[in-house]
Amino acid sequence: MSARRRSAFDWSTAVIAALVLAAAAKVWLQGGSARMLEVLSADLGLFADILPKVFAGCLIGAFVTQLLPREMVARWVGAESGFAGILVATMAGAILPGGPFTIYPVAGAFLAIGADAGAAIAFITSWTLLGYNRALVWEMPFFGYDFVFWRVLVALPFPVLAGVLARLAVRAISARLIDP
Amino acid sequence: MISLTVTLLLWAVAAGLALAVVLQGKLAFHMSARLGVLEFLRLLPRLAIGVIGSGYIAAALPPDIVSQWLGPDSGPLGVVIATLAGTLTPGGPVVGFSIGAAALKGGAGAPQVIAYSTAWALFAFPRLLAFELPMMPPRVVWLRVLVSLPIPLLAAAGAMLIGRP
Repeated sequence: MSARRRSAFDWSTAVIAALVLAAAAKVWLQGGSARMLEVLSADLGLFADILPKVFAGCLIGAFVTQLLPREMVARWVGAESGFAGILVATMAGAILPGGPFTIYPVAGAFLAIGADAGAAIAFITSWTLLGYNRALVWEMPFFGYDFVFWRVLVALPFPVLAGVLARLAVRAISARLIDP
Repeated sequence: MISLTVTLLLWAVAAGLALAVVLQGKLAFHMSARLGVLEFLRLLPRLAIGVIGSGYIAAALPPDIVSQWLGPDSGPLGVVIATLAGTLTPGGPVVGFSIGAAALKGGAGAPQVIAYSTAWALFAFPRLLAFELPMMPPRVVWLRVLVSLPIPLLAAAGAMLIGRP
């Protein structure tokens, strides 16, 4: 946890805030105050909807950090966990409910207590591409059952692929650092 | 309805974990609950900017710019353009899917739309900046983006190979 930035404001938030201000200015110039309020009320509803999920995600991350012994996490999804570790992370990502707002704090907590980058990346990629929550709530209404089924089928190997590639990259980088 | 179920499920998981921590001792519970609450408070302004802001970014975008470039005959170039477009589309749960669905209805090819929504889901830049970088170690975020780069292209190639959807 200590490696994570604790500042009240950081550059990535600043960039996005500047983008938002520019976009809002364009919306206001083109559509006036009525359009501004329309967009705002739609987004406030969404904001209210995700808040309890984010709060739960933060608490889950904190409790998991407290409960799981470092050695156990390292053994299951650490750098030496092998291919099985990537598979465990992929399955965990596919079944964990919640949005990206939930998955990032949980993944960050696992990283802090001994998971390696490969497992964390397999976890996030799996949640992103295979997670049933996202597919059911957001994707299905837009694309329909058939499209989502085939998209998910094609995506099945990708979390494992991303996790393995990440481990290879980490290994290549650290090998170079040790033996230049 | 599904959203409410997910919220309840998450809180059930959090409550179960909280109980397990309480069994370890009251002090452990106070300390970890405090950490969780502090993390939430730290994220709150970033979430507000990201979620409320993504609506304005989406509203400011010309809606037909994507469908123009993603026709079924656009082939591999269309897939690459779709991947780039997905990277630049603002985050938030609805934006990428609604643009993708609109493109599909407007005559875009299925592999191109798969590349678009996969790239958007994996590494949409605005979401990366607003959510992932504040919550995760930046090194891991950039490594994740790097290894994810081929995935939208592979997904489109897979869809082209099996000829579905």
